[in-house]
Amino acid sequence: MPRRTDIKKIMVIGSGPIVIGQAAEFDYAGTQACLSLKEDGYEVVLVNSNPATIMTDKEIADKVYIEPITEEFVSRIIRKERPDALLPTLGGQTGLNMAMTLAKSGVLDEYQVELLGTKLSAIDKAEDRDLFKQLMEELEQPIPESTIVNTVEQAIEFSEKIGFPLIVRPAFTLGGTGGGMCHNLTELTEITSNGLKLSPATQCLVERSIAGYKEIEYEVMRDSADNAIVVCNMENFDPVGIHTGDSIVYAPSQTLTDVEHQMLRDASLKIIRALEIEGGCNVQLALDPESFNYYVIEVNPRVSRSSALASKATGYPIAKLAAKIAVGLTLDEIRNPVTETTFAVFEPTLDYVVAKIPRWPFDKFEKGERHLGTQMKATGEVMAIGRNLAEATLKAVRSLELGTTHLKLTETVEASEEKLRDKIIRAQDDRIFYLAEALRRGYTVEELFDMTKIDLLFLDCLEFIVEIEKELAENSFNLVTLKKAKIYGFSDKTIAELWSTTEEKVRKLRLENDLKPVYKMVDSCAAEFESKTPYFYSTYDFENESRPSGKPSILVLGSGPIRIGQGVEFDYATVHSVKAIQQLGYEAIVINNNPETVSTDFSISDKLYFDPLTFEDVMNVVDLEQLKGVIVQFGGQTAINLADSLDKAGVPIIGTNIDDLDLAENRDLFEQALKDLNIPQPLGDTATSVSEAVQIAETIGYPVLVRPSYVLGGRAMEIVDNQADLMSYMKEAVKASPEHPVLIDRYLIGKECEVDAICDGKDVLIPGIMEHIERAGVHSGDSIAVYPPQTLSPKIIETIIDYTKRLALGLRCYGMMNIQYVIHKDEVYVIEVNPRASRTVPFLSKVTGIPMAQVATKTILGNSLADQGYESGLYHNSPLVHVKAPVFSFAKLQSVDTYLGPEMKSTGEVMGTDKTLEKALYKAFEASNMNLPHHGSILFTIADETKEESIDIAKRFANIGFKLFATEGTAEFLTKAGLYVETVAKINKNGKNVLDIIREGTVQVVVNTMDKSRQTNSDGFMIRRESVEHGVPLFTSLDTINAVLKVIESQQFLLESL
Amino acid sequence: MKRLLLLEDGTVFEGEGFGSSNVSTGELVFTTGMTGYQEEISDPSFNGQIIVFTYPLIGNTGINRDDFESIEPSCHGVVVRELARRPSNWRSSVSLDEYLKQKDIPGIKGIDTRMLTKKIREKGTLKACIINGETDPAHALDQLKATVMSSKLVAEVSTTKPYPNPGLGKNVVVVDFGLKHSVLRELSRYQCQVTVVPYNTSAEDILNLAPDGVLLSNGPGNPENVPEALPLIQGIQGKVPLFGICLGHQLFALANGATAYKLPFGHRGSNHPVRDLETKTIDFTSQNHSYAISAQSLENTDLVVTHLEINDGSIEGLKHKTDPAFSVQFHPDAAPGPHDGQHVIGKFIKLMDTWKETSDAKKNRY
Repeated sequence: MPRRTDIKKIMVIGSGPIVIGQAAEFDYAGTQACLSLKEDGYEVVLVNSNPATIMTDKEIADKVYIEPITEEFVSRIIRKERPDALLPTLGGQTGLNMAMTLAKSGVLDEYQVELLGTKLSAIDKAEDRDLFKQLMEELEQPIPESTIVNTVEQAIEFSEKIGFPLIVRPAFTLGGTGGGMCHNLTELTEITSNGLKLSPATQCLVERSIAGYKEIEYEVMRDSADNAIVVCNMENFDPVGIHTGDSIVYAPSQTLTDVEHQMLRDASLKIIRALEIEGGCNVQLALDPESFNYYVIEVNPRVSRSSALASKATGYPIAKLAAKIAVGLTLDEIRNPVTETTFAVFEPTLDYVVAKIPRWPFDKFEKGERHLGTQMKATGEVMAIGRNLAEATLKAVRSLELGTTHLKLTETVEASEEKLRDKIIRAQDDRIFYLAEALRRGYTVEELFDMTKIDLLFLDCLEFIVEIEKELAENSFNLVTLKKAKIYGFSDKTIAELWSTTEEKVRKLRLENDLKPVYKMVDSCAAEFESKTPYFYSTYDFENESRPSGKPSILVLGSGPIRIGQGVEFDYATVHSVKAIQQLGYEAIVINNNPETVSTDFSISDKLYFDPLTFEDVMNVVDLEQLKGVIVQFGGQTAINLADSLDKAGVPIIGTNIDDLDLAENRDLFEQALKDLNIPQPLGDTATSVSEAVQIAETIGYPVLVRPSYVLGGRAMEIVDNQADLMSYMKEAVKASPEHPVLIDRYLIGKECEVDAICDGKDVLIPGIMEHIERAGVHSGDSIAVYPPQTLSPKIIETIIDYTKRLALGLRCYGMMNIQYVIHKDEVYVIEVNPRASRTVPFLSKVTGIPMAQVATKTILGNSLADQGYESGLYHNSPLVHVKAPVFSFAKLQSVDTYLGPEMKSTGEVMGTDKTLEKALYKAFEASNMNLPHHGSILFTIADETKEESIDIAKRFANIGFKLFATEGTAEFLTKAGLYVETVAKINKNGKNVLDIIREGTVQVVVNTMDKSRQTNSDGFMIRRESVEHGVPLFTSLDTINAVLKVIESQQFLLESL
Repeated sequence: MKRLLLLEDGTVFEGEGFGSSNVSTGELVFTTGMTGYQEEISDPSFNGQIIVFTYPLIGNTGINRDDFESIEPSCHGVVVRELARRPSNWRSSVSLDEYLKQKDIPGIKGIDTRMLTKKIREKGTLKACIINGETDPAHALDQLKATVMSSKLVAEVSTTKPYPNPGLGKNVVVVDFGLKHSVLRELSRYQCQVTVVPYNTSAEDILNLAPDGVLLSNGPGNPENVPEALPLIQGIQGKVPLFGICLGHQLFALANGATAYKLPFGHRGSNHPVRDLETKTIDFTSQNHSYAISAQSLENTDLVVTHLEINDGSIEGLKHKTDPAFSVQFHPDAAPGPHDGQHVIGKFIKLMDTWKETSDAKKNRY
């Protein structure tokens, strides 16, 4: 069927801010879909609240609305734009839920907006438990038997019907707290009765346990003519029991015979046909490792994280084609965009194996609960391609950037036997490292299988790796062993460690013997048809397929997996840099390893190498291509960290000179430079030992800000108030040494500002200044940023402009840079300079209209700012107020303290724009799903040092009709200040205590501030967790609550008695 | 053990041997399925061929007792990138290595199979041999060039005596040109009473079995090398329902005056999209053939095209204008491969039903 001509304008809903479970994959999917619809001549209206995406660039859709994805705002946009249709399946669960809401509220009917792609009934059938069960019964597809019980007797009755093992999940507790596996009546009785107690609804779900089954996924597509295909199937390394987003995954499936594969393929196609989905769909299945029994676990009637992975794993662009299908085209009418010689009605076949490993945030949340289960915890993922399992696995491991290039961590080597066993049996994020360690210690794969139910094939792959380690260790500088190790994915660095030599020497030996990787093409058809896809991966094989084009080319290093501190913003900058390179007539080459993002869409660059971002892997590409140079300033710390070694190897780095990068990154050089430029910074020094640290702190005075040098996203950064805390920080959090010095700075309380600038060596363009709502001390990535500044005096702004210009020129920055300032007692101090693109690039690019990463790229390639039409200095301000607000994923991470401090904790961001600050803030709060009440009750638990400051806020809340609750000390204080406050008992006191009133919903807002002493197990921690787990808005900074209050106040009418 | 894969164009690939240590010569073909190596290796259609697997990890699920397509595999070699060290699947009884040793078939691993595939794609199917690492390639190349490939591929794999596969339903005669077990498996779903006969059985002998229908099986090689089949088909066509699969399809076409040509590198794999021209539906099919029927040659025949391959437009199905006879180029019996085309077997069963009804009606009239 040709594409539909009865619809002209289509609305696409994005997925909003990045949170755990919904990350950059939807930027990729949404961008593809919008471009695909535009390509077919439709007018595209996009709604997404996330400014850090390529999707929300104005080139991607005809109309881009960066507005909250809420019923209120999307309805307004529908009323204004009157789209003919709505495509809801490309914006993750957020997009799908919003479409459901709009359909159910009648808005779609009222404005005659047609839902494309998936029918409402199909969404219901896939999402609603009972309807899903009914559908599966109709299709004769097995699902694990389950029932909902309110008493222990009901649970026992169910067990008599279907037997053991069973899983009990208490309803409405976070992450299934209190649930568990039952193998017999005793366990069932105990766990159910406990679960019923914990559940606020006295309800438990009892389900047949299929833990230990193989978890297999199918990515399927269907069109309106009922053509249905399987794009890819995948097998989880981790058996059922761990969320697939938290599982190591291989594509295609590895341990299935054709009979098993076809059985599950049939099931998946039957389901997508029954749901009549027009587009993509994901089916998750559990297969008994000992029989043909299987169960359908879940169906996602939309494009998902797995479909992004499947697209990158096969080259087959699911989202792009899903958009075309949604407007009526059928798969046999669309050309396969990979081969261009075949049609889209094609099931890709691979001639490589793909490994995906999730990236978890536990390097930042050391105290977070790391056990993996049904709640996803990873923030991002890496993918690697190889010609064998070991190669794909090891390439993925070194893409993770965990400070290792191999399946070995210091902790694993040092782990006690007991810890090792526990880490293996109760899976945490680092299990694969412990499995390898266990094999090194002589465990057999059978023993490990008994402990984990991980398939023997996967365990054997790990054992093989361990065997090669031994072979290497016993055969130093042996070429045969070296070749073997390279074929199976060992890095030069790992080999060097096993040979007690340097990476450089291994590399030299390798090159002398012409042992270099070749590059193979990802073509969706295993070379059966000729393809021209510029999409390659490295492997040690015979024939190289990637040839330099002869055109001058520039390599852009991507930013790797999404993690806290290095999010989708850096992918945004990478993509823009690529565009600028192409505009100047060069060939743009990208290396990256993140399957979720736009930068790893092979149609973005002239050539994509899907490979790890390590010195070795980058150098291999450099050796092959005739590069004019490498750009490192857009790939976050990942790329910057490679600059030095690349430079030493003689690779031209385009942009700020390597020695000059050090001017900003090296503490002493930086301090000297600032002195020379006569720009003030908070006092500070570098400590290489505990005693040195104590001495420095005494000289400069407490409070001090401490952090390891070369940090990413404020990792392990803290504000310390006294010597005892300093000492415990130095001993526990960082292990200071001459190689790893610790920075100690005076902590200045004051307003924080942030500036991005572009410098061409002569002129300095400052697109804008952002003012933070929260005072210095809260990480800039966790602060609400306002553009243009609302409270800065002209004098301060002049000073910031002056300092920025002098810093850019003085530190000899070329291209992008980011500076953070604190304004303390009307003086401007520099806190930090980053000689690279920062996370505010997309936000500022959007609000100023300056495509900053493009301008910067052109600058470093020789086009001056003046050539590009920009003047030196601060660019004119936007007439509107724009707010960038952080979004957190705390509800998904148990035991993580939600208190905001110098360590970054947010996973994503939203933007709110309007004529006034209050309105812009309101939108930002709405967009981040923080439902602010206009009346109700508020709880205060305030630390002594901020009690005074809290009086005004409490008063104003009381003034607009809020009832005040407070814990004892705070209540006493506020009462003295003349306020009516209800006192709540502290934790562990009899009667209703502070946790109860949060849990029971008595209060709708919680304000909790913390003393600067470290106290994770304190009452405050429990209050904060309780709030997060029950979805009660929580504020840990008085600045934030003050902003919130202003918004609420602005929506109030004056109520004054005569 | 070092072994070499030598191609008739002189290219030498060095790899490591597994399976049998025999020297073996054959026609080099690639197959793109990611699962199903056990079925493919034991598929008689691969008789005389050295199979290159484009998927690099072969042997992961071992070999089980159930999934064979013949008792004695007849392919001449197996080429893989990576052989699984330790197979893992609940049904696995031996490893692929061990199985190939048992069946005396050589394998070679560590080969850049993608490069090899591209070579076959560009140069067409090639003769090749798997030889010991110490052999002088120049000498072996001369021998290879001089080797004439067998033209008796069907005779080599067909049964020499008829045998029954009893059932309680329709009486079906299957002519064995290199029969895969899956064809029988599919017929058994319909409780057919099957008699498998050798490829050179006469039409008369078949008609004497009073079949409700005749199935012309798949098989190896060039249809023109099986001239015996043409009078057989011509002798039964129109008298009983006829259904051809793969080589059976090509022989059916030849018997009706069409001609076959050699595809540049054949269709082998599990992902070939085929359009049914009547229903407009698309099925993903399992395929394994080097030859195809020429569309032009159909002009003066009574055959009608029913199915086409989506990507290269080659003929995938035919039917006779008046006689109860049809055929498909792909494998509706799958194994390995998707089950999308299975309904074609049902069509054959239905054809037998309607034919019986009409002929019974005719009988009653006289």
